Amino acid sequence: MNKRISQVALVALVLLASLILATTYWQTWASAGLAARQDNEIQRVAQFTIDRGLILASNGKTVLAKNVKKKVNGQTLYFRTYPTKGLASQVVGYSTQSRARSGIEAAQNSYLTGSNADLSTIFDTVGDRIKGTTVKGNSLELTIRPGAQWLAQHLLEGKCGAAVVMNPKTGAVYVMASSPGFDPNLIEKTNGYTQVQNTKSPCPPEPASPLLNRATQGLFPPGSTFKTITAAAALDDGVYKPDSTFYDPGYCTEYGKQVKNALDQSGPESFGTVNMVEAFQHSINAVFCNIGKSLGAKRILAEAKKFGFYSTPPLETPSDARSPSGLYANGKLFDPTTDKGFSKVDPGRLAFGQEKMLTTPLQMAMVASAIANKGVIMRPTLIKQVTSPGGSVIRKLKPHVYKVATKPATAGALKNMMVEVVQAGTGTAAQIPGVVVAGKTGTAETCACNTVYDAWFIFFAPAENPTVAGAVVVELQKDGFGGAVAAPIAKQLMQALLPTASNG
Amino acid sequence: MTARNRELGYLVAVAALTGLGFASVYIARQAVIGWSSLTYAAFFMGLYLVAHVVARVTVPNADPYLLPMTGFLTAVGLTEIYRLGPSDAFKQGLWVVIGVAAFALTLVVLRRDYRILESYKYLFGVGAIALLFLPRLPGLGETVNGARLWIHVGGLQLQPGELSKIFLIVFLAGYLREKREVLAQGRLKDLGPVLAIWAATMLVLVATNDLGSALLYFGIFIAMLYIATARLWYVFLGLGLFVAGGLVADRSIPHVAERITNWLHPFSSTKVYCPINGQMELRQDCQSYQLVKSLYSIANGGFGGTGLGKGTFTTTGGQALIPDVKTDFIYSALAQELGLIGVSALLLVFMVFVARGMKVALRVDDGFSKLLAAGLTFGFALQTFTIVGGIVRLIPLTGITLPFVSYGGSSVVANFILLALLLLVSHRANSVS
Repeated sequence: MNKRISQVALVALVLLASLILATTYWQTWASAGLAARQDNEIQRVAQFTIDRGLILASNGKTVLAKNVKKKVNGQTLYFRTYPTKGLASQVVGYSTQSRARSGIEAAQNSYLTGSNADLSTIFDTVGDRIKGTTVKGNSLELTIRPGAQWLAQHLLEGKCGAAVVMNPKTGAVYVMASSPGFDPNLIEKTNGYTQVQNTKSPCPPEPASPLLNRATQGLFPPGSTFKTITAAAALDDGVYKPDSTFYDPGYCTEYGKQVKNALDQSGPESFGTVNMVEAFQHSINAVFCNIGKSLGAKRILAEAKKFGFYSTPPLETPSDARSPSGLYANGKLFDPTTDKGFSKVDPGRLAFGQEKMLTTPLQMAMVASAIANKGVIMRPTLIKQVTSPGGSVIRKLKPHVYKVATKPATAGALKNMMVEVVQAGTGTAAQIPGVVVAGKTGTAETCACNTVYDAWFIFFAPAENPTVAGAVVVELQKDGFGGAVAAPIAKQLMQALLPTASNG
Repeated sequence: MTARNRELGYLVAVAALTGLGFASVYIARQAVIGWSSLTYAAFFMGLYLVAHVVARVTVPNADPYLLPMTGFLTAVGLTEIYRLGPSDAFKQGLWVVIGVAAFALTLVVLRRDYRILESYKYLFGVGAIALLFLPRLPGLGETVNGARLWIHVGGLQLQPGELSKIFLIVFLAGYLREKREVLAQGRLKDLGPVLAIWAATMLVLVATNDLGSALLYFGIFIAMLYIATARLWYVFLGLGLFVAGGLVADRSIPHVAERITNWLHPFSSTKVYCPINGQMELRQDCQSYQLVKSLYSIANGGFGGTGLGKGTFTTTGGQALIPDVKTDFIYSALAQELGLIGVSALLLVFMVFVARGMKVALRVDDGFSKLLAAGLTFGFALQTFTIVGGIVRLIPLTGITLPFVSYGGSSVVANFILLALLLLVSHRANSVS
């Protein structure tokens, strides 16, 4: 019998050995795939065992996100709380059990959980794991200035809109406000998410969409603020000069029809003979319409691309929370130079920022920033520094050039034109005593009704050595002209930021 | 060194390991448990010392590795059960005490000559069947997760199938030794008993709704039949019959069909409502929930494991992630906390146990003892394969225990009796030579 016993023994041992093989499969090859599966709670729970890093405003004191410790079955878990209850809520986002993460909480999760590939972080977290102590994440200090951010949110309260202010030399974003906002602490509460989503809209028929970061995701027709790009194209080519003169008949002929100048231009209905500076200063559509027709849509779009249109602007938020600016048809970005339907884009209307052109406030802040910084766009950034749990700085904001939009001379000429807008043009409401402010208004048609507009103002200051540049948009304002609605908000933001902006 | 002294040495090593295990659970979870946990290790050592002394007196020449390996397996199980729920570990500790008592009793009663069992083989055969059908009795039996494997006696929940397995092996050892020549001729008329046992196994399958038990009993039968008769075609015939029976069951028994479907297609991506912990919840992998969560647990262990006491078995809200983790799924808990390296070591201990058990069968000189030792060892191996194989998706998942490791009284007691029988055979083998 012994031979058979040996054979049966062999079978038994092979069966058991196959268990080791199968376990090896699950714990090595299949492991990563299983960890990535959506319903794998172990991975979700694991995230809550990490003492997530803090999110602070630029002063290093205002806490935007921190943890509360809770014991669940003897396991220490860390849940998020947002002490400001809504300061820069769309930027900071949330990290909850019930919902996927959003904002910085989502995009910078690896820093916050200490799982980034930084050598010192790896050293720290591996040490923590070996010692069996809680893994601590890195803390983020944002570039957001809490005072100005509060002010922006306050000024936009009861409206739909957004404001972005950045340092044109470093790209540091000081203000990124989107209204209406929300209290991120609600997301985790029972029915809280629904409550947030059901926020009453201050701008019907548009939904309130408080979770939407209008500053980076909101797409608005830029209106006359887009004239900066048309002007940049005209000047960069050298075809036109600031003192080139144009005749303004008070309308522009489109498809054989007269399109009258917009209501928001300052001064008479028809200016007669003007130069480019005056046309810009008073935002005369007829002049830009004709400049646009002579440049062609292709040229204008090429210029827009140099300013960053048609690319998703860089920022430390999730990429799906940032939209590229450009021409949109049926909710989709299209590029007539490559896609079909080029002939349908009317260069005259495009020149003054209508014609399916939609932009984000961040993109328009980048336009202002480019002109402020001699034609160079610095990469916008929200993170001032990343600090390890031990207190050492593992990443610090380093300014990077994102794009070169125009020649320095063009930027200089545009700067003068924008200064004229504020001094004696459509944007006088943004004047600040003792500071030379540069700006451009925009009043974009949102419908054929000619009564509700998106009010824009893009700006930078001080003109000679700019430290702040930005864009403000207020949605669907009845008779809301950029100069009257958006420029005063921009003025207050500049005032809040200018005295200390050089510290930034 | 004598066999028993060697055994004592290994037991001390196991006791030290147990102490380390409990200490690491304590360190990882001191928030919820106290220093008293370490007394488990001392208690454990004491218990196995008793078992050792009984073995020293009754079976001095028996294999010195089997008892320490059992100690190791129970310690690993108890440590993990303790980590998952300290109050369960106390109950399991009591069951180990009862198990050691059963072990001692078996050794003492059968110390003269265990072969007396052979004369009662038919009694054991009938007993095995009776035990299997106990859960079918109304008022006594209970359906857990669709399978009828449990009975309620007083406040206790028992799985008579565990003991039935040993009875069956004793019966088969006696029966096959007697009939092996006849069966080896392979005449059609002698196939009667083979077919009868196949039918009985299928009846077990129908009665208990449990594919795992059926596989276990039939596998033991086939292995012992092959050892006794040396007829390989019995094996193929048996396997063929089993597969056929399984296919029929797949068609006709919903519970079995569900298990097989879950085995083949555990992962789904659409969410449906399914009852989890008594509540309707929107889930992926509804039917295969347990298997999938268990695989996540194993995967999370990776190579080195999370460390004892550091695995994740509950949600952030405190609900259990894997239902029945301490009984059927103790292996996936261990795989998460000890990692590949830890559970491979555990399975290697199982393999060494099987190798030692088979060695006993090889060394002993009479047919009954050979069949008994080989049958018990193969049963032990096949039970391990059935549950762990189900967990790692090699075969359809069935709810049986991992010998000595899982939470569950009947299993611990039955396996201690199994160990006692093996030691008795081993003692005889070593004494004769």
